[in-house]
Amino acid sequence: MSILGTRVVRNEDPELLTKGGTYTDDLIDERLDGAAHLIFVRSPVAHARILSIDTSEALKLPGVVAVYTAADVDLPIINPPMPMFNQDMTQTPLASDKVRYVGEPVAIVVCDDPYIREDAAELVEVEYDILPAVIGMPNAAKDEVLLWESVGTNTVVDFGTPDDLDPNLFDDCEVVVSHLIQNQRIHPAPMESRSGAASWPEGERLTAWIPSQGAQGAKAALAAQLGIDAAEVHVLTPDVGGAFGARFGADVEMVLTAWVAGKLHRPMRWSETRYENLLAMTHGRAQEQRVTIGGSRDGNMKKYRLEVLADCGAYPKIGGILPSLTRLMTPGTYVFDKAESIAKAVVTNTTPIGAYRGAGRPEATAAIERAVDIFAAEIGMDPADVRRKNLVPKFTEPHLTAFGALYDSGDYETALNKALEAANYEDLRKEQQLRRERGDAKQLGIGMSSYVEITGAGSESGDPNENATVEVHPDGTVTILTGTSPHGQGHATAWAMMASDTLGIGIDKITVIHGDTDLIPKGGGTGGSRSLQQGGMAVQKASIELVDIARTRAAELLEANEADLQFNIDDSGFSVAGVPSSTVTLAKLAEKERLFINAVFAAPGATFPFGAHLAVVEVDVETGKATLERIFCVDDAGVVMNPLLFDGQRHGGIAQGAAQAFLEEFIYDEDGNPLTASFADYPFLSATEVPSFDLVSMVTPTTYNPMGVKGVGEAGTIGATPAVQNAVVDAVSHLGVRHIDMPTSPRVVWEAIEAARSNSNSNGKVA
Amino acid sequence: MQVQITVNKKPRTDEVEPRQLLVHYLRDTAGLKATNVGCDTTSCGACTVLLDGVSVKSCTVLTAQADGGTVVTVEGLGGTADGGQMHPVQSAFREEHGLQCGFCTPGMVMASVGLLSENPNPTEHEVREGLEGNYCRCTGYHNILRAVLLAAQSPDAGKPEAQVSA
Ligand code: FES
Ligand code: FES
Repeated sequence: MSILGTRVVRNEDPELLTKGGTYTDDLIDERLDGAAHLIFVRSPVAHARILSIDTSEALKLPGVVAVYTAADVDLPIINPPMPMFNQDMTQTPLASDKVRYVGEPVAIVVCDDPYIREDAAELVEVEYDILPAVIGMPNAAKDEVLLWESVGTNTVVDFGTPDDLDPNLFDDCEVVVSHLIQNQRIHPAPMESRSGAASWPEGERLTAWIPSQGAQGAKAALAAQLGIDAAEVHVLTPDVGGAFGARFGADVEMVLTAWVAGKLHRPMRWSETRYENLLAMTHGRAQEQRVTIGGSRDGNMKKYRLEVLADCGAYPKIGGILPSLTRLMTPGTYVFDKAESIAKAVVTNTTPIGAYRGAGRPEATAAIERAVDIFAAEIGMDPADVRRKNLVPKFTEPHLTAFGALYDSGDYETALNKALEAANYEDLRKEQQLRRERGDAKQLGIGMSSYVEITGAGSESGDPNENATVEVHPDGTVTILTGTSPHGQGHATAWAMMASDTLGIGIDKITVIHGDTDLIPKGGGTGGSRSLQQGGMAVQKASIELVDIARTRAAELLEANEADLQFNIDDSGFSVAGVPSSTVTLAKLAEKERLFINAVFAAPGATFPFGAHLAVVEVDVETGKATLERIFCVDDAGVVMNPLLFDGQRHGGIAQGAAQAFLEEFIYDEDGNPLTASFADYPFLSATEVPSFDLVSMVTPTTYNPMGVKGVGEAGTIGATPAVQNAVVDAVSHLGVRHIDMPTSPRVVWEAIEAARSNSNSNGKVA
Repeated sequence: MQVQITVNKKPRTDEVEPRQLLVHYLRDTAGLKATNVGCDTTSCGACTVLLDGVSVKSCTVLTAQADGGTVVTVEGLGGTADGGQMHPVQSAFREEHGLQCGFCTPGMVMASVGLLSENPNPTEHEVREGLEGNYCRCTGYHNILRAVLLAAQSPDAGKPEAQVSA
């Protein structure tokens, strides 16, 4: 029986459970012997001109090795990463003339002893001329206060303009509803804060340890930002304590750690506090959306418009491109006569925005799923019925949307029905009705989402592809080199399973190596839920090709025709048909000559997993507190390779998605001061705030790879967020509430109830 | 100042700064890197260890306060350090996939042992309450809960020296 599709516990766990992972801060490596420790002096203000920096007091402190400011750093300017971005919004590795967000690095202090770092940093005196801060996307779009005066605008990029919108779009609609929706800023909050280490002895190459989602991408970024040839850089990826999209490339802190190591020819270590992490690791989401939806009173949705204003934070990073993904996924799982979308991305005096689990797609799903519910409420129809009426019918041939997304396979109605059935939807509605009639303090809310998303769109370059090297050793063990980069997903187990299935060698004999750019020069890393459908498929392809090579060698050795050779998976070897004694194993074949191969798997395109979530919440109408009671999740990401890993990915995503809906937000005051810059203030989801999750299975294979797998890493944040938000609104919809922005905290919910009550009182209606 | 602490069954005598935190003593002085630091506000529990049998956040305890005491970290749990087997909680975390990136795991495992030593047969609700101070970003807590409930089926899961049978 094939190991694929079975529940296999992880190869990586014994080490993690008994010794702990080796994260960057844990590294013991002779190349780092005698390392100094650096710390960044960060801006305490959101927007200011730097008048002067005095480093003299810091330099006097015993144990301080060096202090650097922008004037000392001879590195290239950092240009906005995408050609369509306003290219004049440039950044220097350390702030030079201006600071643009609280937490921006202004100076570096290098110390012998890590214990004096913070004291030393405090001795660097920076004089600021404070400028008004630009907070909030609409403010930024007004261009009254500019982050770059010389640029003349705060707009980074426009994806379409209001002129592109059809003024008559909704003319034929009986009902049109519109709402402004916040998709709030959140922090990715991996449990490991950022750190880095570098060794760059005189006349030698740079070795940099960077906890990332892809060493090869980190290497390219590091070389570019150091202005050196990539051949001069060796990047290693230690264990990584979570990433969630926020660890691609090389952050300025990593670049500067390497730069100082080269400048002083002394190994360097850097690690940030959680406070710094909350300020300076890229944040996610941060979109303001206007949704407008029109249709007929019988529930037919005809037209949809999505207008997005996206926050890039202070410097345009990958976050600037995410609204284009939101736009691409505008219509979600629905058929419209016409849907349209425009997006604008602006800079504000806040931490830069990067990718966060889902990266642009959750924002699209949140918008359309809220719009559908608002439409359903307006016409007084059950939201499940409205959805069923408008979903794209089941398709097995790729479905091209008006926005250019090619959905590979889908059956959205079955997914929705499965979620409704699992939840006993009709019974829940009855229970809700009873509570409403009784006027219970604790009202029941039922919310659903139907989603489709994009996975496996990325690669190191060009079309979706990934490489793997598989080698069988004479002792019967196997080494796999992969260009993917696990940080919790379980590739050491999954890739071993892929190879084991083809080679007939047990997974306990298979070692998976990643994150060393000398051993593995190419790779697209792990992100965008791409790993299995590209990296895993590359392992399978390499394994199959390896058996082919071995077959040729075996034929020679056994003096038989290749056609007469049979590969026996049970003993990982060949035998000659009709001559049972004539056999040779892969391991034996590796004795004579190394037995290995590198293969590249290329997919014809991205895949589009889909699903439906149904959340049940209880809302205390007296306090506004919403509690997630149950969540039923159908996540169809094609064929499942290891249900243990598959469900683990779903769990984590669901929790993060739910947390965005009712808990998490990174908040600034109007001067740009962060109000949630510690784990005491940032509402990180704890074990008491979520229930166990009800997972429902559904499998619709894709034809884009031999196994039929799609990606599942981001399903949870895409499906759960709108389901939970819709449930909270639904719990109080009978009071006249039509929308509540995320996070649906007690205060926000209570205010929405009060506003609806006073509204209906003033209208003379009964709540 | 000088402290005498038994760490993972080995008595140690060390010269430390009075202001040193126990977590730094474990990581930097004793060289035991499994115990992690995840925050600076006593919020996350990544640093949880057993001190005299009770689970504590080692970022809130001074090394000096542990003087004369006994500390167990995940490296000293069960029998793997001496060639033996994993502790029932470690084994259950693997069996139920209660870890992904592994960063919260040493603290989470030690908090779970602490929880089971106080309450050997917890309900789901009690496990969630008991682990409220231990954050995990990867698992959504679903499988951590299952792991602790599975471990609770071993009668001695609250004892740090317990091992699963080979
Ligand atoms: S590091 Fe101790 S509680 Fe977070
Ligand atoms: S396993 Fe990654 S934080 Fe818990």
